[in-house]
Amino acid sequence: MKNLSFAALAGLFALPSAAFAQEAGGIDQAVNEAFATVTGPFVSLIFAPLPGTSFPWIVLWLVVAASIFTLYFGFIQFRAFKHAIHLVKGDYSDPNDAGEVSHFQALATALSGTVGLGNIAGVAVAVGIGGPGATFWMILAGLLGMASKFTECTLGVKYRNEYPDGTVSGGPMYYISKGFIDRKVPGGKFMAILFSIFCIFGALGGGNMFQANQAHAQISGILGDFPGWITGVIFAAVVFAVIVGGIKSIARVTEKVVPFMGVLYVTAAVIIIAVNYHQIGWAFGQIFEGAFTGLGIAGGFVGALIQGFKRAAFSNEAGVGSAAIAHSAVRTKEPITEGFVSLLEPFIDTVVICTMTALVITISGQLMVDPATGDYLMDGNMIQTIGGTSGVGLTSAAFATAFSWFPYVLALR
Amino acid sequence: MTTSIVVGLDGDGSGKRALDFAKTLAKAMGTCELILVYVIEWSPYSFQTAEENAVRHKRREEEIHAALERVVTPSVEALQKEGFSARGIVRHGDVADLLNKVAVDEGAGQIVVARSSEGGFVKRVFGTATANLVMHATVPVTVVG
Repeated sequence: MKNLSFAALAGLFALPSAAFAQEAGGIDQAVNEAFATVTGPFVSLIFAPLPGTSFPWIVLWLVVAASIFTLYFGFIQFRAFKHAIHLVKGDYSDPNDAGEVSHFQALATALSGTVGLGNIAGVAVAVGIGGPGATFWMILAGLLGMASKFTECTLGVKYRNEYPDGTVSGGPMYYISKGFIDRKVPGGKFMAILFSIFCIFGALGGGNMFQANQAHAQISGILGDFPGWITGVIFAAVVFAVIVGGIKSIARVTEKVVPFMGVLYVTAAVIIIAVNYHQIGWAFGQIFEGAFTGLGIAGGFVGALIQGFKRAAFSNEAGVGSAAIAHSAVRTKEPITEGFVSLLEPFIDTVVICTMTALVITISGQLMVDPATGDYLMDGNMIQTIGGTSGVGLTSAAFATAFSWFPYVLALR
Repeated sequence: MTTSIVVGLDGDGSGKRALDFAKTLAKAMGTCELILVYVIEWSPYSFQTAEENAVRHKRREEEIHAALERVVTPSVEALQKEGFSARGIVRHGDVADLLNKVAVDEGAGQIVVARSSEGGFVKRVFGTATANLVMHATVPVTVVG
């Protein structure tokens, strides 16, 4: 499990250079170069290709681990799907436990942590580099990731700490150390500490740097280009005010508003897809065709596959361990019930929401196609887009084709 | 045969009115147990942050303790001093659903509640706990004005 966490955390760092290619120079460039120097070797190690191929070993590791969980548990993600929905609905909840954290709440909290930038910018990066075909591999990775999530969340509840004052705390740092002791395998504590350290790096890279970077990209897309350090300083000041200054009211408001913005995002995507229902078949055709032929993208179908798997891991965090922390708070006597509930997460996050984003981008016609060959027009290793957008800018432009005000929503998001 | 009456408490004046009426009924009936129910509004479908989830069990215990200490136990003790047979129950959930459920589970003859204190916009959109109880209850309900 440690290795999975390591992989996904590396995924958070492994941001395409295009996403950062908006420095206004000066301070922005200096900051970017300083971080690139520090994170560069780490990213190179994690995304080192298998000898003689362009296939990153870590992507293979994620696929193999998720496949093993899928086979070992007998395709639990399909067998337990219906049962998971019954659990979330509360069909099996003990009325005497009313007032405790419900399965629905644990799922909603975990989802609010995963549905976000990965679904908005991550998918755009995947489709922008890997073409619509990356979506197919993203869906497959999401389906396999359901088994990874089931495994880690079951362990999260099984090995959580329950303190005398009634508070609970769980996650990979506990189940790795306790589980290893249970199995009489040495090294658990070391790996748990390693996980905790990577968690900090992951929060810094994927949780802060990429978020701030893409937020700036979106805000500057609306207000006009301005130095990124200004956004960075404002964000840092707000975070400082909340964490150090104790101004919890900001956090309280945003924590409650964010889920509704997620609902708004999904609703907008559904409307755009529904209005363009006649293009859904064509869009899925592009997804399936691109999955195996690449439709002219750099790296062919392997390129699509790699992008799909990388961005799925970034989005649904299956195998990262973060969801296990959120799910461990639920009050249940049977840890496996929370595992069942958690397997819905990659399904909702990746199979449903990421696919929606990919469909909107594909349907909106933002990806430029060579009319002569039907292949996508390339600009280096990126597909050319109308307006030259990428990352969150691409998703924003795609949604703006239907709702001109949507970039403002994404800027707030 | 001892019968019982479920009384909905809300820690407010309306709960007291319901209790006063239930006492009158109990006196008239002779052997009657008063079951005082205090419901802490709670939805398993509300959104909570990870931090709120982590301390939820502790908060729940605190909420139950506060409800018992401030509302239910003083009322039960006062009733017992007056010679009534009484006990209290605190639950989390929907007021109308739970009052009815407790009444059914306890085999109570009726539920006594006071007119709801909700008003304005909330009342127009969602109705009131009392109105919902009257509409959905499976045991007789008395609403005190």
